[in-house]
Amino acid sequence: MTLLEARDLQTRYGPGCPRCVESTGDRAGTNQCPHCGSVVACADADLSVEAGEVVGIVGESGSGKSSLAELLALERDDDATTAGEVHYAGHDGNLLEVDYETRHDLRTGEIALVHQHIRDGLNLEFTGGGNVAEKLLSAGQRSYEDVRARIRELFDETEIPVARMDDPTSTYSGGMQRRVQIARALATDPDLVVLDEPTTGLDVSVQARVLDMFRRVQREEGVAAIVVSHDLSVVRLLADRTLVMRHGRIVESGLTDRIMEDPHHEYTQTLINSVI
Amino acid sequence: MTVLSVDGLSKTFDMHVLGDTQVVGLDDVSFDVREGEFLAVVGESGSGKSSLLKCLYRTYDPSSGEVVYHSPDGDIDLASCPDRTVIDLRGDSIGYTSQFLDEIPRVPAVDVVARPLIEQGVDREDARSVARDLLSALSVPESLWQAYPATFSGGERQRVNLAQALAPKPDLLLLDEPTSALDPDTRRAAIDLLSTYLGSETTVVGVFHNTDVVDAVADRVVVLDDGRLQRVVPTEAYDEEVVLG
Repeated sequence: MTLLEARDLQTRYGPGCPRCVESTGDRAGTNQCPHCGSVVACADADLSVEAGEVVGIVGESGSGKSSLAELLALERDDDATTAGEVHYAGHDGNLLEVDYETRHDLRTGEIALVHQHIRDGLNLEFTGGGNVAEKLLSAGQRSYEDVRARIRELFDETEIPVARMDDPTSTYSGGMQRRVQIARALATDPDLVVLDEPTTGLDVSVQARVLDMFRRVQREEGVAAIVVSHDLSVVRLLADRTLVMRHGRIVESGLTDRIMEDPHHEYTQTLINSVI
Repeated sequence: MTVLSVDGLSKTFDMHVLGDTQVVGLDDVSFDVREGEFLAVVGESGSGKSSLLKCLYRTYDPSSGEVVYHSPDGDIDLASCPDRTVIDLRGDSIGYTSQFLDEIPRVPAVDVVARPLIEQGVDREDARSVARDLLSALSVPESLWQAYPATFSGGERQRVNLAQALAPKPDLLLLDEPTSALDPDTRRAAIDLLSTYLGSETTVVGVFHNTDVVDAVADRVVVLDDGRLQRVVPTEAYDEEVVLG
């Protein structure tokens, strides 16, 4: 079953002009329009995600990965001009154009985003449990006992010591904060989780544990995921299929092992050959 | 009955990083694989054995030709079917293992082996029990079952790898030198397991460089040379060729 279908997604920063898209991208070798100076963060992006599938998005900094992920997670950036269509199973119409209420319902229910920067996703002054509770409350849960029980379950699932749930999130280690973000994302049983650079700022040993935990939960819950990373090994471990981005365009996509072992595009070949 | 029909399979790599050089991996390879048979692929290093297996599994995108898998649900051309079809087939019908274990860190050996079974819906404890039997049959010391394979020796990792590939008994199993790092005793244990654990429902295409493995398990032998198919012969005939030089 197709969960999400996106067509012709575009995010632009700047005034824009009729020649922005044709003057940027892989062939142009830049994401900045030479005519009006706008940055085309991503354009011409089509993709679909099946229920339970993990899709990886790789590329270097500034390639447009996060811009694309934000559109897919229905995150709105007021500084940007966006275009394109996102269709989602069980909902009519283009989700990029729906009213505030529908978007809020989707974002507190079926689609969850794990931000690259922990501070964008969590309030560090709240307790760890409080950060998860906030998501449950905004999704309409009201029973104190039910919320506490669900937090305990989620902490257990994401390997956070339940005894720490009433401590301020600022006292947690980086790996634990990342796990709180994931617990919060999973709180309302979403069908799709968008993970933006899930290992940023974590030690290598902690990275492995977070990825392993996420992979286990993802498979057990059958939740689909879009994993954005500049780190090929993260995508290799998690993703069934992978998209490679450069200068705001998807330059290659395919089975993850095929991308890694038989890269077609010149840029993908350089990327694969640069892994240390 | 034929389970796999390989027809005119070619693979050329365009190496942009090497100034757009073309490297030929496979050139017009055709052969059939019968249901339940064990087909060994042999040839010198660089003759295209691994490339062939990777093309069958779609880790490599074939440049031309067909790989028709005659599945119970109808014919599927593995060389050209959508990625999602490949993902589904990998989930329930086609298994692959390479010489190198490629696993997420910090997962115990027993869970690495049990994972494909659990993903197919087998109960977690039942899957672990099958995993323990397989590790035991491959003489992986019991003290290692709960340890992380990343710390294992090459031979131990390879046995975990082989056990994981065998566990779900896929309809079609592609093995790329799964015994290359094993000592003779363990290799014999692996050979025994290949014939006892896998029933006649599993068809195997395997790359082996040890002739004792080929002798013991293969029904027929595919001989590759420089990316081209030389011949497909019954194992006995291949043995005679080897003996006669």
